[in-house]
Amino acid sequence: MRVGYYPGCSLENTAKEYDLAARLVTNHLGIQLVEIPDWNCCGATAAHSTDHLLAVALPARNLVIAEEMGLDITVPCAACYQRLRTAHRELTENRAVAEEVAGVLGRQYRGTVRIHSLLETMADVGFDVLSAQVVNPLKGLRVACYYGCLLVRPPSTGCDDPESPQLMDRLVETTKAEAVRWGYHNECCGAALIFGAREVALKLVQRILRNAVDTGAQVIACACPLCQSNLDIRQGQVNKAFGTNFAVPVLYFPQLIGIAMGLAPRDLGLETHFVDPQKALRIVSG
Amino acid sequence: MLLGKSQIDPGFLASTARASGQDTLSHCYQCGKCTAGCPTAFAMDYKPNQIIRLLQLGHKEKALGSRAIWVCAGCFTCTTRCPCGIDIAQVMDNLRIVARQEGRTGQGKRAVLFNELFLRSVRRNGRVFETGVVAAFNLKIGKPLHDTELARFMLKGRKLRFVPVRIRKTAEMAGLFAKRKKG
Repeated sequence: MRVGYYPGCSLENTAKEYDLAARLVTNHLGIQLVEIPDWNCCGATAAHSTDHLLAVALPARNLVIAEEMGLDITVPCAACYQRLRTAHRELTENRAVAEEVAGVLGRQYRGTVRIHSLLETMADVGFDVLSAQVVNPLKGLRVACYYGCLLVRPPSTGCDDPESPQLMDRLVETTKAEAVRWGYHNECCGAALIFGAREVALKLVQRILRNAVDTGAQVIACACPLCQSNLDIRQGQVNKAFGTNFAVPVLYFPQLIGIAMGLAPRDLGLETHFVDPQKALRIVSG
Repeated sequence: MLLGKSQIDPGFLASTARASGQDTLSHCYQCGKCTAGCPTAFAMDYKPNQIIRLLQLGHKEKALGSRAIWVCAGCFTCTTRCPCGIDIAQVMDNLRIVARQEGRTGQGKRAVLFNELFLRSVRRNGRVFETGVVAAFNLKIGKPLHDTELARFMLKGRKLRFVPVRIRKTAEMAGLFAKRKKG
């Protein structure tokens, strides 16, 4: 399988371990990722809260590049995924927007690119194929799969059921880990509110961590750099603000799958987390 | 909800409906499902269902001047559950856009500052330079040491870049930003 890869800006910076794990695991599974050449930022929250045309035009440039190369796109970041899907929808359903965007872009998008989340691309390989690759089963590890918002909402662009998503749970279960049932799997982490209204975002993070811990999860799995950064690297700030003592590792789902496939923890970027996941993972192997 | 005296703009419902593509905005019958599921409603002055009501009543000033539109995280839970099919998160987006265009961002100063710095970085580099944006943001809000413990941690994991990554065709960014409406 050959598919266009849109890493997004975070994967070059604060979420570089997500990029490492995504590339390594897909390669191991025989998926060839072709990075969209000269891709640009999707604009994220900053663009869609500021200007409608810009919010569509920024992702549109990437869609056009992929289209010219005849590639579909897989997207690891939930926010980028939603922005690309939304732009595709606007450009194919709203003629006025499409014309305006073509005007600023100087190129027309024909609407032939299919945009998938990395969850879907991995699931497309087949759960049985994934299971067959497991050499280091994560038996006994209790994982809370955290979807957050933009992978599943709004329903018009989501890649799974908005209220009861299953994709990540099923992927994680191929490692023989237990995907726990918990209520906060699709609650919001606050995303960019961590800048606009920090105290509000920390409260949301605190609730999610509380629910995960109460369910008995030993690690949280996620599929978004902003979710990971809020849940992992803000844990110290949450503990300070609420007098809690959370220490839950937050991993990207391909990192867990990679470990189960016997890939080296270092190559999967496991040493770059705020809450060290290696202790939780040793429970499994030890 | 006590509204007190405020200027009524009877056309605001229609213009918001048009700008956000929500023809059913007037259908809202205040079931409150949006507010029940909203993760940030606890921090809002007007709850999501009340914002929609303000629009229906033409209370433009109150809606644009609310804290609520800046506390909305854009999580789309309201949109997913609205029985009238209103994309409430999209309406919130449009209110933020209009608030900025009309210079009424008093309740969202930090969010607007962050968005500005973010977009400036995208315009210049084609990609967002996270380190630069966060450092500039913390400096501008007068808390340069806000995240130093995190920075130290990220340095250890070699996660912090000191130089932005630039795309080859940065000139194309100028074109995309050219028609952006000024705030």
